[in-house]
Amino acid sequence: MLQGWVIASISFAYLGVLFAIAYFGDKRADAGRSIIANPTIYALSLAVYCTTWTFYGSVGRAASTGIGFLPIYLGPTLMAGLWWFVMLKIIRISKANRITSIADFVSSRYGKSQLLGGLVTIIAVVGIIPYISLQLKAISNSFTILLHYPEIVMPARAEALPLLQDSALYIALILAAFTILFGTRHLDATERHEGMVAAIAFESIVKLIAFIAVGAFVTFGIYNGFGDIFDRAEAVPKLKALMTVSDTGASYGSWWSLTFLSMLSIMFLPRQFQISVVENVNERHLTRAIWLFPLYLLLINIFVLPIAVGGLLHFPDGSVDADTFVLTLPMAERQEALALLVYIGGLSAGTGMVIVETIALSTMVCNDLVMPVLLRWKALRLQEEHDLSGLLLSIRRWAIAVILLLGYVYFRAAGEAYALVGIGLISFAAVAQFAPAIIGGIYWKGGTRRGAMAGLTAGFAVWTYTLLLPSFAKSGWLSLDFISEGLFGIGLLKPQQLFGLSGLGEIPHSLFWSMLANIGCYVAFSLHRRPDVVEASQGTLFVDAFRNTESAAGSRFWRGSAQVHDLLPLIGRFLGPERARDAFLAYARRRGLASIDALEANADLVHFAETLLAGAIGGASARVMVASVVKEEPLGIDEVMNILDEASQVRAYSKQLEQKSRELEAATAGLRAANERLKELDRMKDDFMSTVTHELRTPLTSIRAFSEILFEDPKTDLTDRRKFLAIIVKETERLTRLINQVLDMAKIESGNAEWHTADVGLREIIEESIAATSSLFADKQVALDMALAGEVPMVRADRDRLIQVMLNLLSNAVKFCKEGAGRVTVRLGVDGSTVRVDVADNGPGISEADQHTIFEKFRQVGDTMTAKPQGTGLGLPISRQIIEHFGGRLWVKSGTGQGATFSFSLPMNREANEHHEERKAK
Amino acid sequence: MMKRSIVTGQRLVAAFLLGCVLFNYPLIALFNKPGEVFGIPLLYFYLFGAWALLIGLMVWAIERRKE
Repeated sequence: MLQGWVIASISFAYLGVLFAIAYFGDKRADAGRSIIANPTIYALSLAVYCTTWTFYGSVGRAASTGIGFLPIYLGPTLMAGLWWFVMLKIIRISKANRITSIADFVSSRYGKSQLLGGLVTIIAVVGIIPYISLQLKAISNSFTILLHYPEIVMPARAEALPLLQDSALYIALILAAFTILFGTRHLDATERHEGMVAAIAFESIVKLIAFIAVGAFVTFGIYNGFGDIFDRAEAVPKLKALMTVSDTGASYGSWWSLTFLSMLSIMFLPRQFQISVVENVNERHLTRAIWLFPLYLLLINIFVLPIAVGGLLHFPDGSVDADTFVLTLPMAERQEALALLVYIGGLSAGTGMVIVETIALSTMVCNDLVMPVLLRWKALRLQEEHDLSGLLLSIRRWAIAVILLLGYVYFRAAGEAYALVGIGLISFAAVAQFAPAIIGGIYWKGGTRRGAMAGLTAGFAVWTYTLLLPSFAKSGWLSLDFISEGLFGIGLLKPQQLFGLSGLGEIPHSLFWSMLANIGCYVAFSLHRRPDVVEASQGTLFVDAFRNTESAAGSRFWRGSAQVHDLLPLIGRFLGPERARDAFLAYARRRGLASIDALEANADLVHFAETLLAGAIGGASARVMVASVVKEEPLGIDEVMNILDEASQVRAYSKQLEQKSRELEAATAGLRAANERLKELDRMKDDFMSTVTHELRTPLTSIRAFSEILFEDPKTDLTDRRKFLAIIVKETERLTRLINQVLDMAKIESGNAEWHTADVGLREIIEESIAATSSLFADKQVALDMALAGEVPMVRADRDRLIQVMLNLLSNAVKFCKEGAGRVTVRLGVDGSTVRVDVADNGPGISEADQHTIFEKFRQVGDTMTAKPQGTGLGLPISRQIIEHFGGRLWVKSGTGQGATFSFSLPMNREANEHHEERKAK
Repeated sequence: MMKRSIVTGQRLVAAFLLGCVLFNYPLIALFNKPGEVFGIPLLYFYLFGAWALLIGLMVWAIERRKE
């Protein structure tokens, strides 16, 4: 037996733990070490989406419709895929404009309209009240059922109880007191509640653990796993039907409309907006939430169906409400501790929703409904008060209490006619009305205040008529004739078959008509008139949010004169004088000024003051308040358009500028490279000159030395004379060759060389060159192998030049072969579309590093200082120039000690070859 | 950085579109019949499987970005 006081004290102990977490969170936030600045905490706090609807209601829904409980969680999963663009944009806009609620968002977007903010607030409050009553119903039911443990007694109908014996009333009051303690302890200019978010994240863990615990108990404790439960369900026709959905268009239509509805709800429920946008610490936290939040939803849904089926099998007579299976199954099995855990889990699901939702709604009621009225109410003389922050707090506290009591009233009035999920869906359909104004507002500059007003009003009216009023009628507050006969007995006006549309469920039906009215009016009224000044400027700020990175973008649209000593006291009245002074001082410091007195009251400061105030009393009221102390010169629509045009022109210019500067950079890089190349060429020219002169001097020196000997000593004997003369002749030849080659090189490089291009056969050229160099081979006793393909195609080149190349390669090969043991191989063949010649020797080879340098002018491998140069150092560069002139390639393949293979290839001349073939054929 | 974030966004939008198809008529109708996979009714198995797949794709799209 669980005593009432045991359950109550456990409940209070749990609330105490929550409060402690929140207190700790706030303390840490004040100390600047936030515990919620963490993407996982952010994702968990988003799970405030899962209320008692999920905790108790999903099972009830599954017990009656099978998969009908799932779309509510698939929708948010899908929507998470769009968060990257949509949610990020909303968060960024809200941070830039210090938007603190969904009403504030809509009113800011459409020209800071107080009327629009008030309308959104009313829709939100009226729409959410059924949802709050759902939490009260679930918590009070679970409390009452647990109270009768171990017997399972369904709670009596609430309206049958006298008011003072109704536990839901006390729960509403306790929750109100708790939320007031929780959320309105002090006034924050950004409306952020770090402690609350920490507590919500904790609650998300508690409810997940509790639900999985009971799911595992039912699946594996009472039954033998998933297979067992579903096997038993197969045997019961009613249960078997739950495993599929009826194969009709309506059931798929309903499935999709619920998915769509939950996609909108995850964005626009006031508590989701509060947690995901207002309480967001860092927009980067969104990334993990995109997958972690859907994962949470998946986990909390895994056991829904097993519990539903288990409950239906366990209580086949229908005496137990399926919405309570989560609690009654452990009770039926006498699991006292588990039943308590479930109760706590349900409590955490309910309190989490109530706390965040009422805080969000109270901010809206205070900023967008009550304050605008009070500030206009001249008799109250609020304009003369010095500190209104206390007033703001008490308005919010009263708002929380009133909202919860309204929830209770709805619970008494209509709560029994619907299952938990049915109640919740009514609220979902209400907040879906915000979607056109918000989504349209951040992607379409043309949306206007009148459009948003008309759309919201029409959608809300249709929602009231097709969903809210029927819910009253079903619970007996209105005559049922209203549903069955239509308003005033007109059949076309039946609220659930409007204009004769039947065959849809009540939710899809209402969603269709309300969205049609909403979007239709929004678009039509927006297009009817051009946006005015404020609408156009706010529209640009919102739609271009990703482009306006500078926070002061809003100040572009303000012109006028203001005084610091007017603004500061104004802000002080709402935020408290101390905090206003601190904020202004911090602003001054950011600008590099020492004190508030040094501040200049320009457009930026006015904008700063307005956003600061907007955090406390909402954008629309802030604008009115600031306007009351500054002299604003109204901007004409043309001027605003000019500013907007200017802004876009500036953007275009800056894009062009970027483009230009990129081009300039590229040009600079090109110039730098060219300069490097010139320097290199200059250095090469110097090197060339000094090398040429050096090369010329060596033979000249020896010619001169031997000539002098001959000249001065006439008695030199004949053999010596001959020897000296031979050297002189040889050196002269070398000199001539060198000069010829230098001239040759210069001609080729300057493009003045004469080329006698004709079709030539490489085989003849090779044979001719070998014949010319045969004496060299013989002198050095170097063996020569030839591997020449019989028929190779002709190439188009200069015959003499090719012989020059061949001679160079052959003489090089001989030169580097060892005397007596040398072997040179010449190969000729076809390589792809080219004709290729290889000249291989078995000399010392060329190291990897030198293979590049040998093609440079005057570079010879080996130490030129000690060893006697064996050539002019121009042969290979000239050869390469010649081959490349005819479109070929000259390269070397070698390794130290492995000989060297010089190869060149020339493209074959197809035309000439064809002629050649023809001639041969004849 | 910006470029990469747009690629990630596009991957997520693709996941969204895939999900819209997976969780909708007519694909659902294909699995809307009696039958079991590992003891779990076919339709549930399909829905939870597709759901897990979608989350897996989102994890891939988001966490890959850091490489």
